[in-house]
Amino acid sequence: MIAALEITPSYYLILAAALFTIGAVGVLVRRNVIVMFMSVELMLNAVNLTFVAFAKALNDTAGQVLVFFTLVVAAAEVAVGLAIIVAIFRRRRGATADDLRVLEG
Amino acid sequence: MERDLLDWIGVVPLLPLIGAAVLLLFGKRIGEPVAGWIATGLMVLAFVWSLVMLAAILGLPEDARSQTSVAFTWLSVDQLQVNFGFLADPLSITWILLVTGVGSLIFLYSIGYMHRDPNFGRFFAYMSLFAGSMLLLVTGSSYLLTFLGWEGVGLCSYLLIAFWFERTSAAVAGKKAFVTNRVGDVGFLLAMFILIAEFGTLDYGATGAAAPGASSGTVTAVALLLLLAAVGKSAQIPLFPWLTDAMEGPTPVSALIHAATMVTAGVFLIARAHPFFDASGDALTVVAWVGVLTALFAGGAALLQPDLKRVLAYSTISQLGYMFLALGVQAYTAAVFMVLMHAFFKGCLFLGAGSVIHGNEENQDIRIMGRFRRFLPYTAIGMTIAWLAIAGVPPLAGFWSKDEILESAFIAGDYGVWVLGLIAAVFTGLYMTRLIQLVFYGNERFRGDAVPAVSGGSDDDVSATDAATTATAEQDGQEIDPADRPDALGYDPAFLPTVDFTEATPRTSRLDGHDPHESPVIMLIPILALATLSVLGGLINLPLKGLDFLDQFLEPVFKGVSQPEPDSFVEGLSLEGIAVVLALIGIGIGLLLYRKGLRNAAEDPIREHTGSVGRFLGHAYYVDDGQAAFFGGPGRATAEFLDEDVDQKVIDGGVNGMAKLVRDAGQGLRHVQDGLVRRYALGILLGAVAILLFLLVYVAR
Amino acid sequence: MTVVLFFAFGALALTGALGVVLSRNPVHSALWLVLTLVSVAVLFLIQDAQLLAAVQVIVYAGAIVVLFLFVIMLLGVDRREVLTEHLRFQRPIAVALGALILAEVLLLAGHTWATGAKTASGVPIQGGGDFGNNIQRVARVLFTDFLWPFQLTAVLLVIAVVGSVALAKRSGERPEGPQVDTRDARATTEGESVP
Repeated sequence: MIAALEITPSYYLILAAALFTIGAVGVLVRRNVIVMFMSVELMLNAVNLTFVAFAKALNDTAGQVLVFFTLVVAAAEVAVGLAIIVAIFRRRRGATADDLRVLEG
Repeated sequence: MERDLLDWIGVVPLLPLIGAAVLLLFGKRIGEPVAGWIATGLMVLAFVWSLVMLAAILGLPEDARSQTSVAFTWLSVDQLQVNFGFLADPLSITWILLVTGVGSLIFLYSIGYMHRDPNFGRFFAYMSLFAGSMLLLVTGSSYLLTFLGWEGVGLCSYLLIAFWFERTSAAVAGKKAFVTNRVGDVGFLLAMFILIAEFGTLDYGATGAAAPGASSGTVTAVALLLLLAAVGKSAQIPLFPWLTDAMEGPTPVSALIHAATMVTAGVFLIARAHPFFDASGDALTVVAWVGVLTALFAGGAALLQPDLKRVLAYSTISQLGYMFLALGVQAYTAAVFMVLMHAFFKGCLFLGAGSVIHGNEENQDIRIMGRFRRFLPYTAIGMTIAWLAIAGVPPLAGFWSKDEILESAFIAGDYGVWVLGLIAAVFTGLYMTRLIQLVFYGNERFRGDAVPAVSGGSDDDVSATDAATTATAEQDGQEIDPADRPDALGYDPAFLPTVDFTEATPRTSRLDGHDPHESPVIMLIPILALATLSVLGGLINLPLKGLDFLDQFLEPVFKGVSQPEPDSFVEGLSLEGIAVVLALIGIGIGLLLYRKGLRNAAEDPIREHTGSVGRFLGHAYYVDDGQAAFFGGPGRATAEFLDEDVDQKVIDGGVNGMAKLVRDAGQGLRHVQDGLVRRYALGILLGAVAILLFLLVYVAR
Repeated sequence: MTVVLFFAFGALALTGALGVVLSRNPVHSALWLVLTLVSVAVLFLIQDAQLLAAVQVIVYAGAIVVLFLFVIMLLGVDRREVLTEHLRFQRPIAVALGALILAEVLLLAGHTWATGAKTASGVPIQGGGDFGNNIQRVARVLFTDFLWPFQLTAVLLVIAVVGSVALAKRSGERPEGPQVDTRDARATTEGESVP
């Protein structure tokens, strides 16, 4: 009976949506900057999963190629982002996202 | 060819206006006496051009003597079209001749009178502006253009009354004149509004033609509103107190504006708008009664005034009352005739008064004059002639004009008006005789020993009597305003305010033992010229067939109106006789009382013998005081209420409240931008949710 | 078979995600992230994206997470985070919005407008020609249809490298501590008036 259950791409979409949500909430709720970053990675992963699911559903390799690009950009973004974090947080240990409020109006 | 010339009547107001512009800009630099000559020269040119206009219009056939020339379209809104145009017809030409002719003489006089005044240029600038406005008033082809001139003369009246504005009494008098005029102007405006609403035009010709056919309510309303305007401008009851206070201005101003021209604008307006009055008998009755009552009351008040110019002021009001009387019985040409004659002799009287005042070192109290005939012979001649003219002694000018008016009243059946008019004629003779006798004849009271110590006196003004007991060389009946002190002004103005009826004690003479002196030739020529006209003026309109030139000239303007005419020669003669007799009675009483002058400068026979009635008359029936109390009391309270409660709280509150609202909103919204990244992230997610929602609801359906 | 794999590794992925978000220690979060990444890689495998699975493990789990750990250790931010939330309503709103997004996406997933028409399962992925395995297909598509974006990403990587080096290095700046500007001190002792 379990084998008769067909895993349509919709299942993957649901899973991806759940991952995305968790990542989004993580960005909003956590104060530690690194963890916020990791939550962003979660979101990107969810998107990748979606792309691959669609590639399978629509029978088009372009979906996988797009994941490639997403991966590349994610890597570049992580590098630069962490460099910025290093630059800002070098002096202050235990600093959180809330302490970065120079642009306060 | 005549018509082409008449198209250029607009030049007449233009010339003095050019003078005004030049003198306003460069007057101070041009200075004395060139500024005066420029202004006078332009007036003379305007007079010459007016003569050309007269010749031109006489060259046209009688029934075609009206020419409208349009300079440009002034207003064009919906169906209302008002042109900036000029109307050349006998009425306007009569008036421009008057204004430019008498005006030129007065301008000439002013060059002498204003000698050494530091504001010489400004004076002539204002006078030219006035002349231009007045000429615009009378040559306009529509009510709106007349109103333009109307407002202009009101403004110039204010500017010139308050010419020596450093003196507070002058500044106040100027304001009073302007504000009182404004009350009348409301009438003018409302009348124009009705004209626009009912007839859709402000043109004289069009409205005049439409008047007979309009409803009686409209016509009466328009007539009464225009009467209100005329009452304000011509100082009839109850809007007259400004004219007596207007004597604060320089005497040429009093002569030109407040005797010969501006105050006759009211008469002009009613004459121009006569179709409306003709169509409304009620309005005519009101006009006549306003006129005769004013004539009577002002004449009574003139009997008790101690100030030379104030007597003349009340006299002017009284004579204007006669003109209104004439208008009220539809004797339009008689009214115009009176305007001309009055300009001659009243102008002469005022100019003469200026001469006297100058000669008396700026003291205007007639109680301490006397026998000036010896010292100012030419002035005396001029003013004596004018006196006889105004009193109505034949064959001088005043007799013909006043007589025609009284005659018309009788013929029109307004006997009540006629009787009152006769009484006023007696008053006229009486007060003018008093004036001339006290100034030029009788005993000399200016040698410094005529002022007695006052013992309580029969009068009201306590402060005046108290101050008089300390009669020092520099004080007279009133405290000198600090602004009047010579050093404060930088020059010795000797400008003391006009003497009020309430000053029981005469002012001290400033002659210091010297004799009063005659005026320079430049001032005497206009006086004597006007005196001559006072003698000969009557010739333009004798009540004999074929010699009534003015009546014939003005015929086309008033065609269709049946002006009162005597039925027979005998009737006319007897009416004239009655008028002469009464005038002589007035003069006789005056001579009786004043031939020898005053025994005691502080005791005036009329004042003594009339007691409380006299006080009532002398205060001008407390009209002035009543108005002052009303506006000072409830009026002021209303103004303060409006200022504090309405203006500050409501209007300012609203405006400031708007600003406050914006500022508070900004303060509240400021907190959105707190610099917290996580908050911003929340915002982004919120936006994403919203977009997805939108997609779900609208697109994915 | 697929079913079992899907549910197993799907659950693992979700567990890892929750672990990332809920761990107090950032290092723990990083480790949970690894779990999620590997699970996702397996899910890729199930969907015939073999190349991607490999790349996922190598790049994401192997490089990016390592980078995270380096930075955590470098900055010493491995301390446990304080639990109290200072921003008002942040948590409730966050959870609410999360739920909303989930619901919306799920709803959208049911519409073919969003997802497009499905093909039958079990059919091998087409595209990139009729022959070859996944790598060959991906390569063919990548280097023909997507050549231009490929070059751009190369440029992007160079920029990222240069940028991160420039941002993170200490550029000979002064040692940390209270700064004393000798210039200002001299100015005030000389008693110049301040405008």
